[in-house]
Parts: sequence; structure tokens; C-alpha cells
Amino acid sequence: MQRKNLVSIDDLSKDEIMKILRTAQYFEENPNQKILDGKIVATLFFEPSTRTRLSFETAVQRLGGRIIGFSDPAATSTSKGESLKDTIKMVSNYADLIVMRHYLEGAAQYATEVTDIPIVNAGDGANQHPSQTLLDLYSIYKTQGTLENLTITMVGDLKYGRTVHSLLIAMRHFNPTFRFIACQELQMPEVYKKFCEKEGISYTEHTDFNQAVIDTSDIIYMTRVQRERFTDIMEYEKVKDLYRLRNCMLDSARSNLKILHPLPRVNEIDRDVDDNPMAYYFQQAGNGLYARQAIICRALGVTLPVE
Amino acid sequence: MKTQKKELAVAALKAGTVIDHIPADVLFKVAQLLDVENSEMQLTIGNNLPSKSLGKKGIIKVADTTFPQSVLNRIALLAPEANVNIIENYEVIEKHRVELPDVLVDVVKCNNPKCISNNEPMSTRFIVVDRNPVTIRCSYCGHIRR
Repeated sequence: MQRKNLVSIDDLSKDEIMKILRTAQYFEENPNQKILDGKIVATLFFEPSTRTRLSFETAVQRLGGRIIGFSDPAATSTSKGESLKDTIKMVSNYADLIVMRHYLEGAAQYATEVTDIPIVNAGDGANQHPSQTLLDLYSIYKTQGTLENLTITMVGDLKYGRTVHSLLIAMRHFNPTFRFIACQELQMPEVYKKFCEKEGISYTEHTDFNQAVIDTSDIIYMTRVQRERFTDIMEYEKVKDLYRLRNCMLDSARSNLKILHPLPRVNEIDRDVDDNPMAYYFQQAGNGLYARQAIICRALGVTLPVE
Repeated sequence: MKTQKKELAVAALKAGTVIDHIPADVLFKVAQLLDVENSEMQLTIGNNLPSKSLGKKGIIKVADTTFPQSVLNRIALLAPEANVNIIENYEVIEKHRVELPDVLVDVVKCNNPKCISNNEPMSTRFIVVDRNPVTIRCSYCGHIRR
């Protein structure tokens, strides 16, 4: 019955990641169980995020737990100037677990230092969002049957995209091959390329999203290229459609290929891809429920019939 | 003649601690880290003194006081060359360097304005991830300072 925080994906060993994924699989087969009967989970969203909050709250409710919390800090003491420490300490009197999202980086780590109840980070600014990474991993694991030795192509905003950085770090345990596809302005940062070199992970970089890359990928992880990332709007107009996935581009892809996207999507994946069986982004979001059920049970130290 | 002037500038200490070779531009920050401003003891602070290795250096002398090594090590990030001399009866009885610890609490601020440590009344904490060149990582937001 060991309670555990989840602040960053970096904190998880390979064994812990695999255990969470097997637990997610168990919950996918048995989503409704009363194993959190009598438990209260606080969802503290200091920054609104409807999809993440609904996914966590559904996870708790399907396991029979109860929820307290807020989705809009304007309605709380935070707007009166209460410190994060005081809010966390106050809520710790009531709840068995805190799931929190905050606009400041490092907020979840700090919360773990001021309370004895477990903290699950549901996103802290541009820093970490480990439940997103675990649902990405679960989606890959479920569709490919393994996480080992896969070729993963990351497309779009690789510079600022928090999800691609966390996925890259989490995949270090599984001998991946990466392809980074981005325009000059949004290339994968040096620090992550150095990380790959240090971990012996092979990667290639491309500025064009070509057929040869698509045809040799197991996973294509699309991300949104945001206009506000460009200082020169002309530059944005030039590149915005270069990294657009169309259904016709998938004709000669591997049969096991799946297209992932953390959502929301704008126009980087054409609507006609949605009906292709390779499109997996909506199911991916759905997998968030099972991944979060597994995360909550790990945090609360709930024993399950999963090895 | 030159030596005599230097001696006059920084008076000899009968007993206590002399911290020498502090870069002139961080002297007051170092004094703050050592919390000497709250000391009741005789305190001499010299700055912009000539130094062969640093150009200009600062020096702090605190009478009848010794500092725990853990306190002295807090200045290692700002003053890596600093020398600590323990004095008794006008004699240096012990001389050592400061050493950069593995963790720095409340020594420097994170330069990420969106870090929780810059927005909450709390201590800052950095982990030393590399010593040459010195690289530290914020325990909260993960930002790297070199």
C-alpha cells in the first residue's frame, strides 16, 4: 500500500511504466469497479483544462471514488492571494489524493514537499504532463503490441511541444528510432538530441515530410504548428501546410502504422484521414481514461490483480 | 611601502575567520549568504582590493567566529576561488577552500519567470548536474543555469 506521487515522467523506471500500462489494460477490460469506495480525490485546476479534468474525474468516478475541487481558480482563495502551499495544506485535510494542474512550472513538485498525501501532476505550465505521456505510451503499446524497437516519426512543432519531449524521454527504455520532421524554426532542441546520443538512441532530422519517411514508420506523432511561435508571419504561412498529413499519403504505409496527435488538432491532419483505420488520435484520447485510472491507483497504493 | 599600505587597508585579526579571494562584484551577495550582517562580532569588509588572479577582490573578516563548512560552501557557486582562513592569536591555524555542494538551497534564484519558486514564498533549490563548467538545474522547473 505504498502511496506514490507522479510529478514527472522522468521519475518512472521501465518497470514502473510497464506496470502502469498493464494496469491501464486491466482497466480497459474492467473499467467500472468500486475499488475507490470511500476515497476522495481533489482535482485542483489552477488553470482550466476541460479534457484533462474530465478524463481524471471520469477515472475516479468509474472506480467508485468521490471528487472535490475546482476548475476555475477565480472562484477560490487563490484569487484572494492565498499561496499554493496554503491551498494544498488545506485540501490535504479533506482528500486522499490531489490531482493538480497549475500554470507555473514546478508547482506539482513543490506541492509534494508541503503535504503527505500523494500528488498527481496534471500539467505544470510548459514543464511536465506525465499522464499525457502515459496515455501516449499506452496507445503505442496497445496498437503495436510492444514498445520495443519501434520507428517513431515526430512531426510539427518539435521545439516547444512538451508532449514530444516527454515521449522521447519515456521511450529511452525501449530502443526506439526517431525521425524528427520540422521546419528550421521548430526543430528538436539540442538538449534532446544530445539526450538521444547519450542514451544510444538513433534519430534523423528532416525538413520535408516525405513518402519514404511515412512508409517506414510504425508511429507518426503529429503536433500542431502554432502561429504564435513565429516572429515572421510570412514564415508561418510558408511552412504551415508543409507538415499536413493527407489520406493519400498513407496508401503505401505499413499496415501497423498508427497516427497519434495529442489534440486539439487544427489543420495538420486532413479531415479525410479520420476515417482511415490508421487514424488513432480519438481512441488515443479515450485511452487517457484507462491510463489515468492506473495512475490514480498507483498514487493511492491500491493493490490490483496485475503483475 | 606597498605592503604596509595593504596591511593598513585590511586590519589584522586576532581571532576569527577571514574569507579571502571573493570576486569584487559578488562580495555583498556573499556577505548576505553568510548572514554576517546580523553578526554582533567585529566585522571588516574590504572590497576592490588588488588581486593577481581576480583583478579586484573582496575580503570578509569576522572576529571570534567560525562558520560550519556547510555554510561556507554556500558561497562556492559565487566565489569558487574563495579561501577560508581560521585565525588564532594573529596566526593562520587552518586554511581551506570552499567546495560546491551537490544541492544549493536559497543561494541563487531561478531565471525562469514562470518557475513556482519565483511566484511563491519558498526556498529555491538547485541540483549541481556538472562541476566543470558548473551547471545547475532548478529542482522545480528543471531550468538549467550555467
